[in-house]
Amino acid sequence: MAPLARVRNWLDERFGWDELLAPLRHKTVPIHRYSYWYFLGGITLFLFGVQVCTGILLLLYYRPSANEAFESVQYLMTQVKFGWLVRSVHSWAANLMILTAFLHMFSVVFLRAYRKPRELTWVSGMLLLFLAMGFGFSGYLLPWNTLAFFATKVGTDIAGQVPFVGHRTMIFLRGGEEVTGATLSRFFGFHVAVLPGLTTLLVGVHLLLIQRFGISVPARIEPEWRELPQEKREMRFFPSFLLRELMAWYIALGVLGALAAFSPWGLGTKADPFAPAPAGIKPEWYFLFMFQTLKLIPAKLGLLDGEVVGILTFSLAGLIWLLVPFLDGTKRTQRLVTGAAMFVVAYMGMMTAYGYVAK
Amino acid sequence: MWRNRSLGAIFVLIITVALAQAQQPNSCVDCHSALEGELHVTQEQFAQDIHAQKGLTCASCHGGDPSKTDDSAMSKAAGFKGKIERAGVPKLCGSCHSDPAFMRQYNPSLRTDQFSQYQTSIHGKRQAAGDTKVAVCTDCHGVHDLRPASDTRSKVHPLNIATTCSRCHADAEYMATYKIPTNQFADYKTSVHHEALVERGDLSAPTCTTCHGNHGATPPGVGSVANVCSTCHVFQAQLFEASPHKAAFASAGLPGCVTCHSNHGISKPSDAMLGTSAHSVCTNCHTQGDAGYKAAGDMQQQISGLETSIVRSDRILSQAESSGMEVSQPRLELDQARDALTKARVTVHTFAAHPVRADVDSGLKITTKTYGEGEGALRERDYRRTGLGMSLVAIVFVVVALRLYIKEIEKNQ
Repeated sequence: MAPLARVRNWLDERFGWDELLAPLRHKTVPIHRYSYWYFLGGITLFLFGVQVCTGILLLLYYRPSANEAFESVQYLMTQVKFGWLVRSVHSWAANLMILTAFLHMFSVVFLRAYRKPRELTWVSGMLLLFLAMGFGFSGYLLPWNTLAFFATKVGTDIAGQVPFVGHRTMIFLRGGEEVTGATLSRFFGFHVAVLPGLTTLLVGVHLLLIQRFGISVPARIEPEWRELPQEKREMRFFPSFLLRELMAWYIALGVLGALAAFSPWGLGTKADPFAPAPAGIKPEWYFLFMFQTLKLIPAKLGLLDGEVVGILTFSLAGLIWLLVPFLDGTKRTQRLVTGAAMFVVAYMGMMTAYGYVAK
Repeated sequence: MWRNRSLGAIFVLIITVALAQAQQPNSCVDCHSALEGELHVTQEQFAQDIHAQKGLTCASCHGGDPSKTDDSAMSKAAGFKGKIERAGVPKLCGSCHSDPAFMRQYNPSLRTDQFSQYQTSIHGKRQAAGDTKVAVCTDCHGVHDLRPASDTRSKVHPLNIATTCSRCHADAEYMATYKIPTNQFADYKTSVHHEALVERGDLSAPTCTTCHGNHGATPPGVGSVANVCSTCHVFQAQLFEASPHKAAFASAGLPGCVTCHSNHGISKPSDAMLGTSAHSVCTNCHTQGDAGYKAAGDMQQQISGLETSIVRSDRILSQAESSGMEVSQPRLELDQARDALTKARVTVHTFAAHPVRADVDSGLKITTKTYGEGEGALRERDYRRTGLGMSLVAIVFVVVALRLYIKEIEKNQ
């Protein structure tokens, strides 16, 4: 008997391995003209795995204090063998992960994959997207460079504007009134302990729900298949879809490598809390549409503070977005959700572009 | 209740005193605000004056009694002086400003030697000899709206001093009797000092009074020019003092720094001033074959060599930086080479090639290292790209193999 088969037998005797893998063998993936959107969730998961691996490697050298953080990253990038690669891949993968998470989210909206019984799959996915943005916000500060320092200052200032709980939230995030070494320690804690813990838990829930309810057939395809059952096609998840997903992961790995080699992630200059803020401070691209909107809102809207109105509007919009599956009942609301999603995509795209060109 | 009433009473008292003060009659301003020309003085104008702010009144300088509204306000018997003649201005101002005990009440840090200094100045000497055109206190400081020198609106604020001096010294007609040039202000405006002071707002940069003095204003003599410049350019002056030029310039009656750098129109020094080219100032005195000529050529060559080397290192580091390589450490080191270049430019004031070479060599050592680091960064970049190319080949191979494998297993299904 081949060694691999012997190991398999050994596991099967003790854990019922074949029984455990049975659901995977029976799992199928619908084949239709929108099938390629199914890969986005897997690519996001792959990039999360890259983040975990490179993050652990970064931890071997990173020192989370205001005096040492910048120097430790600089040392890692210049002195440690392949340190530049690990850091660049970590930074690029973080951005690509948020990009693919957004694309995955919009694909789910446009294909209406959130509909019954997958409401909680959507909610867990949205919470994962929020966590990914939290990863981005907390990780951005860790190299303790000028841009990150002032962007965090601006970001936490915005959080401080929320009525009633804003100031307390800001103090909680900063560990004091100002962005200091205490903020760095907190952000490090969130980035390497709190957020990964929550994310792992939610990823587990998300995957479990996908496994439980299977992969959704798009709302447009479903009636076509009902009408012409002979048109219905499926592939086995294991190994056909998983091998295709593996191809996508390899391609993503190639893109990551190319980005790291041709455009290594910069380090900038060490943050100086006493220096004036450089002109044109901007947050990471995935916060830019919100930042630019807040900049455009007048200081006063009647009796209300413009920024507070903006923050509350975004919070409300986020909450409504989270509850989309529960609102999508009638044909009219379905059209409304699709229209709103198109508007959101256009708005985010335009505001992000405007944020980049605006001074 | 009692406490509230007491507070109320104090408030009424304060308001009453303030109103009484505000309504105190000042017959001087009442009339002079209606007069025209130099006799025109308004309450608003005088309120800006530092003297008024310290509690002095018209009577403090002009005598009389502003509280009277009839002719007795200007009673000579009661001490009214009226218009102060120009000749009497320095003495009148000095009556307070030369009295340390009196001035201590208002500003203990203010010097009290202005009048004695003025008497030693060219202005003071001529004024004592009966010249009424020369500057007196009010010409520079103003009158009735006189502000402290720290106030940017003051005529003697560092940013305004040159303009204040130029009111007389750039007026060819006014200065004709003194037979001195009137192009100083025009020259100064082209100078590196003016650029630093006015354009860059560096208030420590020199203006007229920095070199000529203020109350004791006088042109620095040939022998003291180097001393004047050395108040800021300390190292250059020390090196010049120990150099062979010191004695040579003295024997030729040439002023130290000014001989090469000029005075009011002093431009930013450049390496072209050094050496043996047509733009060099060295060739004004030195001719081919003499030791100075050779030293000038050597120094110029060394300095330009270091500069070229810095530019070369900077270029390769920029190239590496634009490829995304982390070169902040070599960049920091290159700044030390720039410091060595600056030091070499200062050492030029020894007018000897050997000390300049020592500074240049320390700079070249750094540029050689940083250039090597730049080369290393570019090699590393190429290594990364080669590695990427090989990885991509491997990835493409795996992807193709996977595709073929999928095809194979699906064919059997």
